[in-house]
Amino acid sequence: MLDSSTPIQWLGADILTTLVFLPSLGALVLLLLPNGAKNAIRAVALLASGATFALSVLVLQRFNPAIAGLEAFRPLLVDRPWIPRFGIRYLLGVDGLSLILVVLTTLLTLCVLVFSFGQTIPKLRGYVAAFLVLETGMVGSLVALDAVLFYVFWEVMLVPMYFIIGIWGGKRRIYATMKFVLFTLAGSLLMFVAILFASGVHAKATGILTFSLLEWIPAASAGAWGLTSGQEALLFWAFALAFLVKVPLWPLHTWLPDAHVEAPTGGSIILAGVLLKLGTYGLLRFAIPLFPGAAARYTPLIAVLALIGVVYGAWVAAAQKDMKKLVAYSSVSHLALVVLGIFAGNVTAVSGAVMQMVGHGLTTGLLFLLVGVLYERRHTREMADYGGVASQVPVTTTLFVIAMLGSVGLPGLNGFVGEFLILAGVFKANVWWAAFAATGLILGAIYLLTLTQKVFWGPNRVAANLGLTDINGWELAGALPMIVLVVVLGVWPQPVLDLVRNSVETVVQIASVRMVP
Amino acid sequence: MNLPLWLIPALPLAGFLLNGSVALFAGWRRARKSTAAWREAHPEDHGHDGDAAAGHGHDDHGHDAHGPSGPFLPYGERLFYGVVGVLSVGLATVVALANAVPYALASTASEGGIGPVVQSVWKWMAAGHVSVEMAFRLDPLSAMMVSFVTFVGLLIHVFSVGYMQDEEGYGRYFAYLNLFMFAMLTLILADSLVVLFIGWEGVGLCSYLLIGYYYDKDFAHAAGKKAFVTNRIGDFGMVLGIFGILALFGTTDFSFVDLAKAGAMNGTASITVYAVCLLLFLGAVGKSAQVPLYVWLPDAMAGPTPVSALIHAATMVTAGVYLVARCSAVFVLAPDALTLVAWVGAGTAVFAATIGLAQNDIKKVLAYSTVSQLGYMFLACGVGAFGVGMFHVFTHAFFKACLFLGSGSVIMAMHHEQDMRAMGGLAPKVKRTYLTMMVATVAIAGIPPLAGFFSKDQILGAAFAGGHLVLFAIGLFTAGMTAFYMFRLARMTFYGEFRGTEEAEKHVHESPATMTVPLIVLAAGSILVGFLGVPEALGGSNRFVSFLAPSLATAHPHHLSHATEYVLMALSVAVAAAGILLAWRWYGQKGATPEVPSAAAQAFYEKSGALGRLVANKWYVDEGIEAAVLSPFRKIGTFLWRGFDSLVIDGIVNASAFLVELTGDLVRFFTTGNVRNYALSFSLGVLVLALYVFLR
Repeated sequence: MLDSSTPIQWLGADILTTLVFLPSLGALVLLLLPNGAKNAIRAVALLASGATFALSVLVLQRFNPAIAGLEAFRPLLVDRPWIPRFGIRYLLGVDGLSLILVVLTTLLTLCVLVFSFGQTIPKLRGYVAAFLVLETGMVGSLVALDAVLFYVFWEVMLVPMYFIIGIWGGKRRIYATMKFVLFTLAGSLLMFVAILFASGVHAKATGILTFSLLEWIPAASAGAWGLTSGQEALLFWAFALAFLVKVPLWPLHTWLPDAHVEAPTGGSIILAGVLLKLGTYGLLRFAIPLFPGAAARYTPLIAVLALIGVVYGAWVAAAQKDMKKLVAYSSVSHLALVVLGIFAGNVTAVSGAVMQMVGHGLTTGLLFLLVGVLYERRHTREMADYGGVASQVPVTTTLFVIAMLGSVGLPGLNGFVGEFLILAGVFKANVWWAAFAATGLILGAIYLLTLTQKVFWGPNRVAANLGLTDINGWELAGALPMIVLVVVLGVWPQPVLDLVRNSVETVVQIASVRMVP
Repeated sequence: MNLPLWLIPALPLAGFLLNGSVALFAGWRRARKSTAAWREAHPEDHGHDGDAAAGHGHDDHGHDAHGPSGPFLPYGERLFYGVVGVLSVGLATVVALANAVPYALASTASEGGIGPVVQSVWKWMAAGHVSVEMAFRLDPLSAMMVSFVTFVGLLIHVFSVGYMQDEEGYGRYFAYLNLFMFAMLTLILADSLVVLFIGWEGVGLCSYLLIGYYYDKDFAHAAGKKAFVTNRIGDFGMVLGIFGILALFGTTDFSFVDLAKAGAMNGTASITVYAVCLLLFLGAVGKSAQVPLYVWLPDAMAGPTPVSALIHAATMVTAGVYLVARCSAVFVLAPDALTLVAWVGAGTAVFAATIGLAQNDIKKVLAYSTVSQLGYMFLACGVGAFGVGMFHVFTHAFFKACLFLGSGSVIMAMHHEQDMRAMGGLAPKVKRTYLTMMVATVAIAGIPPLAGFFSKDQILGAAFAGGHLVLFAIGLFTAGMTAFYMFRLARMTFYGEFRGTEEAEKHVHESPATMTVPLIVLAAGSILVGFLGVPEALGGSNRFVSFLAPSLATAHPHHLSHATEYVLMALSVAVAAAGILLAWRWYGQKGATPEVPSAAAQAFYEKSGALGRLVANKWYVDEGIEAAVLSPFRKIGTFLWRGFDSLVIDGIVNASAFLVELTGDLVRFFTTGNVRNYALSFSLGVLVLALYVFLR
């Protein structure tokens, strides 16, 4: 009933398809260029990622956030048969939730590429191409509404990331890559089995073989799939595990610090900024609306894991000596709070969670970016090798402090809005969870201030740091849009909250209907 | 003139942005130059570690650490920063007074006061059951606060123009100071707890930045971090308290105060009023440096002295008292919480005063004095006299700012010496500083008719009237100690013989007018502002407290007979006088040296044994926290990382990887590449399958 209409014709195709494949087109063009043509490579990179970002903003402009429920997808829906025999469709669509993450993705990719021009990167052509292909995978995952299509994009992301860490990574990159790929694959294979199983269940219940979420969600959430609670639990966990590994939720998190530490700066920014969010996105898009009963049943378990994660991640972050590892563990803590918000099951908390997904992408991305500025110059990530560099790099220091404060959740910067709404919603759901999670406020201040202190304040103890040069033009150009958003979304978050309100309300409504048996 | 309220915080914010970006750009250019010079001199060193260049690692611990003597920046650049910094706050002061004074006049003229003025600027965030407007509020409480904060803030900005003139970080300093004014004014003018929280955390941030202003000194940035983290412990309670208010009243804007007064409360909320009050009070304890979260404030003296005056004495640290007063209508619903407030306040007052008795750093004495005075304010709130507590906030701002700025002037005269043992006999050399500081000292000691007398006496009176005799006794005893340590400070600094080096004595000089004029104004304030709240017993009508009344709740209105009040006043003045006399005798004799400033005090210290050592070492609280909290915290963190993450979780992962590898090896045993082997296993397989199918 939702097929056959491609409402917006643009560039001879539809706008979402262009959005997904434009970056890959850029990657293809790069293959035609010689490896040494630095300026041409840069031009293509800028053009492809810039145009993709512009396009995503255009979509944002055309999107109507006032439409409630699954109808929100309809105006921009792309629906074509793909593998008709199995009912698999090429089905793309956006709602507020996926759209805000798409914009975040295209912006961060653009920033990462611009930033990389200011750094010495061997084999730049391959590097840029990998990020462009990765962008296709990320945007594709976010707009795909057919489960198989989603799965394909989901796995597509893995390949360029594998190369980004494996080729441009640090000393232990092979170990880190293997760990990253194995953890993720273990989760996603489970999900694939679950997707096949779910399609069978749906076909049996309705007589239609389809992988469309627009069919699945109404049927499944209304209980039309007729699953026993055991089956529902199995399917829920198969999906949830894939996503929780990606988040990553304690105790599935140990791949993340290694991957972050070994990844090149750009890889870390995208990993923290977007890839982790795909885990929380998946929970909101698949695991919870498809299996609301199981989600409700296992909420206490997941909440406890998330609470452990909030404190554990922060605590371990405070013990780190490596800058990137510290920021990586801070992500474990912050994302655990997002998961807690998602499972708190009210509009306030889930809105906060979405806000925090965006906020964390910006602040943590920035922290990795600025660590990358220092690493580029000194080739060390050990905090002990720095100290007192504020005098040498005042601009980097200023940007770092802003990003750090955003991450700490200082009101007026973006981190606060998400954190505050999550905690407010969690408090409504369970006072004790909120009290426990709020300790993250204290712990976050401890490890982030320690990081800042050890790197930037104090007397200059290492002679080589006296020759440190400040952030350069390209690097700054990559960082500035993110810094601006950290401030703007802190004082004026309402546009984002308005954009995602209907998506959030839809998920919360589905989840709450099934909470009452 | 109709100037919107948002202008008041916005003006300093604009000053911050202007000064901040110019200072950043200038700093960037200087850094580029010095880095380039270093690279030229060390072409081979890039990327190599080595010892820091000589002259970069020194650390004169515990002192205001100034840069080179003589202006560092060119005059034009300094002028720019100074003008932007002072002007933005000056304009904010004008706007604030243009709003507050007509409001106050109108309010006092009408019976029972006039309602609050609320101006909403934009919708900050709304999602689910949370909805927060960026809105500002003018009512008696905020009108009073905004008046003295802008006024004292302006004076301290002017003072800083002279005090900081030799600093390389002049522009950065004024940028931070303006940012602080923005945050403090947001805190005061906010119409909801969440907007208040912007200011609340904002002042904490500026405090962090300004304590760590000398960021290349280890003691400075460590103190900054300590302040921020300790405040965050309070903020943990504050945030939960805000949620509690939301649960009880369905809103975080200050209309909840009216709801509380009317008793319109959600009785089925999942949290009690008592718990909400405790949580909010935890926030107040952190911000206003009460026991046990006071530990950051003495260390905060690592910042430049005007910062100590503005942030760590006159304004920011009183925010906790302001919060309790603002939420007073909620607190009176939970009398047990109020009792706790009173006891924490009284306990802090006496505890911090004991430490103040034995400090030798002039700023440390004032720091512990501030902690102690803040305790008085909470004591007042705790016994239900919120208006009186705010009155002490008000008077304290004048005399304590005067004392801190005066100490700054002394420190400057002494070329950054802060140890009172190396001072003495400074009075004739720094006359204006001496006179103004003495006025403030008399005021804080509680001698009539100066400001401190009126406010402190009413606090003691309220405690007595409420029947809290033990609290009253503690307050009275603390008043004696206050007089003692303040006159000890005065005596050691200004009287007797100079105990420093001859070289130092030659260079002692009075400060320029930019510094002495603010001192004079504040000293005048220390004399005069008390008359705003003259109690009825002395023929006044306590206009200050009655003006604030519409914003506050009254827990238990108690009235004392005038006769009782006279007795109490006489008692507190007598106790103060005793403290003064004792200080004068102990620290007054001739022949004192830096090592032994006073034989009598030395003798008392030796006789007092363990207690004296405890006090002199600040009750070993910092050491206790390090051993009981910080050290275990670090150890557990390392254990979780190295033990749990690396051994347990990765152990399981690696074990399963090993299992896979083992399976692979097993399979490889059969995968020989030999066709005959494959044929054999194939036939075997077929056989097994066939048997299974047939024999099933």
